[in-house]
Amino acid sequence: MTILFDGIAAGMLLFLISVGLSVTLGLMNFVNLAHGAFAMLGGYVCAILLGNLGLPFPLAILGAAAGAAVVGVILERTLYCRLYGASHLDQVLFCIGLVFMSISTAHFLFGAQQQPFALPDYLQGQVHLPGLDIGVYRLLLVVIGATLAWALQAMVTRTRFGAQLRAAVDNPRTARGLGIPVDRVFTLAFALGSGLAGLGGALGVELLGLDPSFPIKYLVYFLIVVAVGGSGNIKGSLIASLALGIFDIGGKYYMPQTGAFVIYAVMIVMLIVRPRGLFART
Amino acid sequence: MQTHIDLAPLRNLSRWTWPEYLFWLIPLAAYFIFPENLSLLSQIAITAIFVLSLDLILGYSGIVSLGHTAFFGLGAYAAGMMAQHGWGDPLLGLAVAALVAGGLGLATSFLVLRGADLTRLMVTLGVAMMLFEAANKLSWLTGGLDGLQGIELTPIFGQFSFDFMGKTAYWYSLALLFVLFWLARRLVNSPYGLSLKGIKLNVGRMPALGASVNRRLIGIYTLSAAYAGIAGALLCQTTQFVSVDVFSFSRSAEILLILVLGGSGCLYGAVLGTMVFMTVHHFLSDLNPQYWQFWMGAALILTVLFARDGLMGLLRGLAGKFAQTRGK
Repeated sequence: MTILFDGIAAGMLLFLISVGLSVTLGLMNFVNLAHGAFAMLGGYVCAILLGNLGLPFPLAILGAAAGAAVVGVILERTLYCRLYGASHLDQVLFCIGLVFMSISTAHFLFGAQQQPFALPDYLQGQVHLPGLDIGVYRLLLVVIGATLAWALQAMVTRTRFGAQLRAAVDNPRTARGLGIPVDRVFTLAFALGSGLAGLGGALGVELLGLDPSFPIKYLVYFLIVVAVGGSGNIKGSLIASLALGIFDIGGKYYMPQTGAFVIYAVMIVMLIVRPRGLFART
Repeated sequence: MQTHIDLAPLRNLSRWTWPEYLFWLIPLAAYFIFPENLSLLSQIAITAIFVLSLDLILGYSGIVSLGHTAFFGLGAYAAGMMAQHGWGDPLLGLAVAALVAGGLGLATSFLVLRGADLTRLMVTLGVAMMLFEAANKLSWLTGGLDGLQGIELTPIFGQFSFDFMGKTAYWYSLALLFVLFWLARRLVNSPYGLSLKGIKLNVGRMPALGASVNRRLIGIYTLSAAYAGIAGALLCQTTQFVSVDVFSFSRSAEILLILVLGGSGCLYGAVLGTMVFMTVHHFLSDLNPQYWQFWMGAALILTVLFARDGLMGLLRGLAGKFAQTRGK
């Protein structure tokens, strides 16, 4: 049971980090391999706010999200917006370049070592139930993840902004003709995506660690979530990341010798059977 | 009435021109100018073969791949294990590496060709990561991060043994680069190569012309995998070392980067890109490895945004301007 819960918590964390990618890659159709760089940025901002400035944890987390969103907007306006119509290959190359630059910048500013990070006391420790030990922090992750999933789903399907975003992605010309400010919608959506990445990155430092190689180390996981969950699908991403988290933790616990092999195999099979993702929009 | 299409420009494509002869003098001259850097020069030749293999699928056929190291690494391990178990003949090792890597290429081509760009990126990446994990976990077989021990090679043709200075290794790598380049050059200018370009430009129209798209793509993917396998085997034979690092993601990203900087869809772009990249890398990374990565990333972004055809595109632009001014 504890393993199952740890798996769910890991999956929720994965969801928190990759849901931003599901916005940029899935909704906006930009292969944003640099997503991990925004998550890393969030992690470092959070570590600084918490460790060097001594801000309370919730404020540090919000600061991380805001920081990543601001950097996201700047990059979107200057660089990303030039590549919306480009081929996927160009987008991938651009993002690899961005990832390289972010890694060496992080290296230069913070050094190669793992970033020290201490949770406040009230988030450490465990809750003991019969047959189940729950880490408080993991419980928090599950709660935040579930809330966010619900809020995002509601935003995309119910609000005016969500409708504008979907229209702008499906047919930018017509959307423009109808008076939707497509550029501004894209910028906002990109800010949302990178802000979510920063939030996820900040929340993930405790479990995943934080060093300059972060953007590459976890890149594959984010991509799997979006590819398997189906693009632009919040519910699909949630289910895919939960499944991935449970399989990953379970696999590490019960069959440590296979390592990440199973996950890659599952991903390839999934992509072959359902190339458009498990819960693709039809 | 039958209309005649002038095919002469297409036929002339396969004829060698004087800049090409000049180009191949560079590696010959390099041997005499930099006799202390022969190991770097061999590395350049080997990487050039690897980049060439990616150019065949990406530049000429439009198949994107983020996991070409799968074939490179498999070739390296195939050659390494052969030599470890007593079959130390280098050419036999190359042949086996090409066969094994080509076999994997054939097998995975069916997976890769099913999807669109994004799926292809993910599947190729996934295959390479799987092999990386497998090689990492089967450390009793592969030596893990420490690498294969005891790779011993017999002399090439029974005559030329690998020397400490790396002279044999250089000529061996260079000869292979030239032979493989020559083959690739014949291939891309053949009707088959032209049909690949057609597929890249318009996948929908090629079947209408009676060309079977999938068969052609499977063919080129397999060949490209075999090329990558040979490059891996060469790396293993000239350095007498293989570790799981041959499967790493950064290696895949690096050759993609070299190809784009050099100019994809052009065989000389692949070779020239490798020469420039590796030389600059050699001098800059001595100064500071971190700065090197930063500027490499910046160069990549600039290339994507402003110089889509890479170095070869710049050269062609210069040549065009030169011809124009001379015309006046």
